[in-house]
Amino acid sequence: MELVSLFIGLTFVNNVVLSKFYAVCPLLGVSKKPKNALNMGYAVTFVIFVASIVTYALYYFVLEPLKIQYLDLITFILVIASLVQFVEMFLKKTSPEIYKAMGVYLPLITTNCAVLGVALDNISAGYNFIEAAVAGLAVPIGFTIVIYVFATIRERLDIADVPASFKGTPIALITAGIMACALAGIAGLV
Amino acid sequence: MKKFDIFKKGLFVENPIFVLLLGLCSALAITTTLTNAIGMGMAVICVLIMSNVIISLLRNIIPNEIRIPVFIVIIATLVKCVQMLMNAYTPALYESLGVFIPLIVVNCIILGRAESFASKNGVFDSLLDALGMGLGYTFAVVVISFFRELIGTGGLSLYNPFDASQVIFDIKIFADYSISLFTQPAGAFITLGCILAFVQFLNIRKENKAKKAEVK
Repeated sequence: MELVSLFIGLTFVNNVVLSKFYAVCPLLGVSKKPKNALNMGYAVTFVIFVASIVTYALYYFVLEPLKIQYLDLITFILVIASLVQFVEMFLKKTSPEIYKAMGVYLPLITTNCAVLGVALDNISAGYNFIEAAVAGLAVPIGFTIVIYVFATIRERLDIADVPASFKGTPIALITAGIMACALAGIAGLV
Repeated sequence: MKKFDIFKKGLFVENPIFVLLLGLCSALAITTTLTNAIGMGMAVICVLIMSNVIISLLRNIIPNEIRIPVFIVIIATLVKCVQMLMNAYTPALYESLGVFIPLIVVNCIILGRAESFASKNGVFDSLLDALGMGLGYTFAVVVISFFRELIGTGGLSLYNPFDASQVIFDIKIFADYSISLFTQPAGAFITLGCILAFVQFLNIRKENKAKKAEVK
């Protein structure tokens, strides 16, 4: 039951994109077409899930016994960079169209704050292994939901009559702000 | 004169946040108070200057194919040093910035400058570029936090980062009429959206003027 509330809490109530601002760059960059947004969501889900398990194991089974916790940042970022490289090679081989559509944003998953952020949060929140795995799944699912909903809203914004100064990124940011208000409304849920 | 241009472009023309839209995650998250914004700006300036200088020194040694992983490891090392120093000397600031200090590693500004400037230019130019970009970032977060703190709490305050009990100034202007939404995440998005709209407004006006001048 606690795991369920942890999952719902991280997916909706404390959604990382709209409450902690992780991954705002891809949110603004890849959210022009809903389909691309979904593909980005899948790739990020895979990377975050595996990264949170691997970094957790590395921290508690390698860094802590050796008392070299200060190397956490360097270790984590290397794990993440190699995972992203793997996803890139996998997509290039299996579905070149998706690979092309995601373009530069695919290697940029490395610098997606959400990946490193979840890995660091898992350690600082003192989660056990199962909780860290659940967090590694809940956070990217929350990210995928937000980026998909955001992309569909932006599609409609394109044909809306927005004042010239607000066209493009400014109105997108204000939309994100209103979405954050909506999510803050269910803050009492968990 | 040319050296000065390298320094100047990060401040306004290529401001990392208002124009290039890089590093928005931290810029939105830490701008709840002026003190946090200035502290974060200083941390970013330190990391950016050191990473640009080191990468510029090593630019002829690093093999081209693996340059990105090398850059990231250098940046991660520097960020960890800054994090440990801040934990030791500015504990209050360290607490309130929290996870966003280690997240400087994945701040696109740092890697972006390493890739597009420091890996191609000399040491002194890279230093100037880092200083300009870092000050541009600080300027942007200070502007965002100015509006957020003013509207969200009805006043402005600044604390000494090395000693949290020491208040530099703390003014309350309209404390009874504050809109607390602006201290929350939603307010950050809306504030930055409005500031970017203002930047776009200035650009459009400039273009229109240029067009009118052409017609004449």
